Amino acid sequence: MTIENWLLRVERLTKHFGSTCPDCRRLTGPDAGRSRCPRCGTVWACVDVNVHLAAGEVLGIVGESGSGKSTLLQMIHLATRPDSGHIWYCENGEAPRDLLALNRYEARLFRNTRLGIVYQRPELGLNMRFSVGGNVAEKLLLAEWRHFGRIRARSAELMTRTELPPERIDDEPVTFSGGMLQRVQIAKALASRPALLLLDEITSGLDVSVQARVLDLLRRIQWEDGVTTLLVSHDLGVVRQLARRAIVMKNGHIVEAGLTDQILEDPQHPYTQLLVSSAL
Amino acid sequence: MMNIDPLYNFALLDEDAKRAIRRSLLKAVALPGHLVPFASRDLPIARGWGTGGLQITLALITPNDTLKVIDQGDDESVNAVNLRRLITRTTGIATTVDTAAAAVIQTRHRIPEEPLRDDQILVLQVPMADPLRWVEPNLERATVMHSEADYGKMWVYLYESVMRAGDLRIASQYPVMVNRRYLMDTTPIPRWDVPKLHMAETLYLFGAGREKRIYAIPPYTLVEPLQFEDYPFRTEYRPGQRCARCGAENTFLTTHFVADAHGGRWQATCSDASYCTRRRTQAEAAV
Repeated sequence: MTIENWLLRVERLTKHFGSTCPDCRRLTGPDAGRSRCPRCGTVWACVDVNVHLAAGEVLGIVGESGSGKSTLLQMIHLATRPDSGHIWYCENGEAPRDLLALNRYEARLFRNTRLGIVYQRPELGLNMRFSVGGNVAEKLLLAEWRHFGRIRARSAELMTRTELPPERIDDEPVTFSGGMLQRVQIAKALASRPALLLLDEITSGLDVSVQARVLDLLRRIQWEDGVTTLLVSHDLGVVRQLARRAIVMKNGHIVEAGLTDQILEDPQHPYTQLLVSSAL
Repeated sequence: MMNIDPLYNFALLDEDAKRAIRRSLLKAVALPGHLVPFASRDLPIARGWGTGGLQITLALITPNDTLKVIDQGDDESVNAVNLRRLITRTTGIATTVDTAAAAVIQTRHRIPEEPLRDDQILVLQVPMADPLRWVEPNLERATVMHSEADYGKMWVYLYESVMRAGDLRIASQYPVMVNRRYLMDTTPIPRWDVPKLHMAETLYLFGAGREKRIYAIPPYTLVEPLQFEDYPFRTEYRPGQRCARCGAENTFLTTHFVADAHGGRWQATCSDASYCTRRRTQAEAAV
């Protein structure tokens, strides 16, 4: 598949944890039904994963726990280093560059300015010892915002956009509910106007009505900003609502890719069929 | 010249130790503001009493150098006197209280008021080396943060300081960006002396003996205090301030209590004692 206006191209990304053995590849994968090699104990989190992402597109990644979804996201976030592969990035028609060739300093700079991430657990994405406003401001400060008044105005504006009461800007995160903390994370992720938003199981663990509000918010942001998004979820409903295209992962491999509706209406791979039929 | 104890090598430390410290110094000069680890030697004074600065001075000093040692701006304070005695006894070099006459100045807390020249070296004794300890107590993680220039947490610390106190409430140890790359702690100097580091003619060397770190600001290096456009960095200067001894209106002052027949009063005088005395002598000579 070729995409004219692509932002991100992940090529043959592979990541394993542990010492390998010659039988690893044969004994793991979707056909073997396991990610962990029974002989040497190596976990193959991602094997030869290819993903294309067009500018402005929302791509869903579905799969059960341990299928390698989050590892893939962490590698794209430049937080986990893959064994092999490439992550090509190309914004506004610039020459494509391989993000894995960046050194740690450049990677940090890239992550600060071009990426935004929202984690399943707020304590991973937020510093619980800082105030809510401080957490949102961190992204702005990293992007060289140096005017206290303007930083506060922008933080308050982001809080309003994410349906948080701006008068609570100086409160501690521990006084916020789970759904509110997810919105704080979204506000923080959006603060520096990222080119790519990474969402890792953002609605898991929230009750259904709060889930719906967070999803509404994300859909609105998507509608208004058109920010390119990579959405990881084990919830098919979430992916169906937000992503037009989706990939299905199992035991570190992509087993199916295509339009979300197509995958859900007419699943081809036995695992996807099982996934769709077991959804409520 | 005082007697040199024949039991010790020139400048107390053995030549290998001095060479190792000089290697760390070269690295520190090559990477302005970067914390360079070094093997802090045992000395006849306790760690935390200026051993970092002392080791730098001992590693640099040559028999022809003239040394000045100050503590809190004062040549005659206990720590300065003891360090000076140790250095002269093991080297036999000449010492001075005159800032302009010194080749090497070892100091704690102050940079002398008189402008320093490019043929002078200022050695600072540093109590705490890493500015990130306020936000990241784990040294390993702080080292990674330095390597990636990941200073967001420090900036949030300043943001929250303004948010809570309405101002940048940092008395001393003011954090600065050196050469737009490394965050550096200016311990132990007051805010008053921070602008003197920026684009200075002199080489500044910082030694933390207990923390086992050396860092440096070479001449003509950008040293910018962390600040917000609407909450700028400020020194301790108060309009109308004046030294009670020499009458200087543009120096860093210390206050101390002077007892007299009526009970006593607080008095502000220059913290740089030799500068203050010289001004007084000059004023008396003029009269």
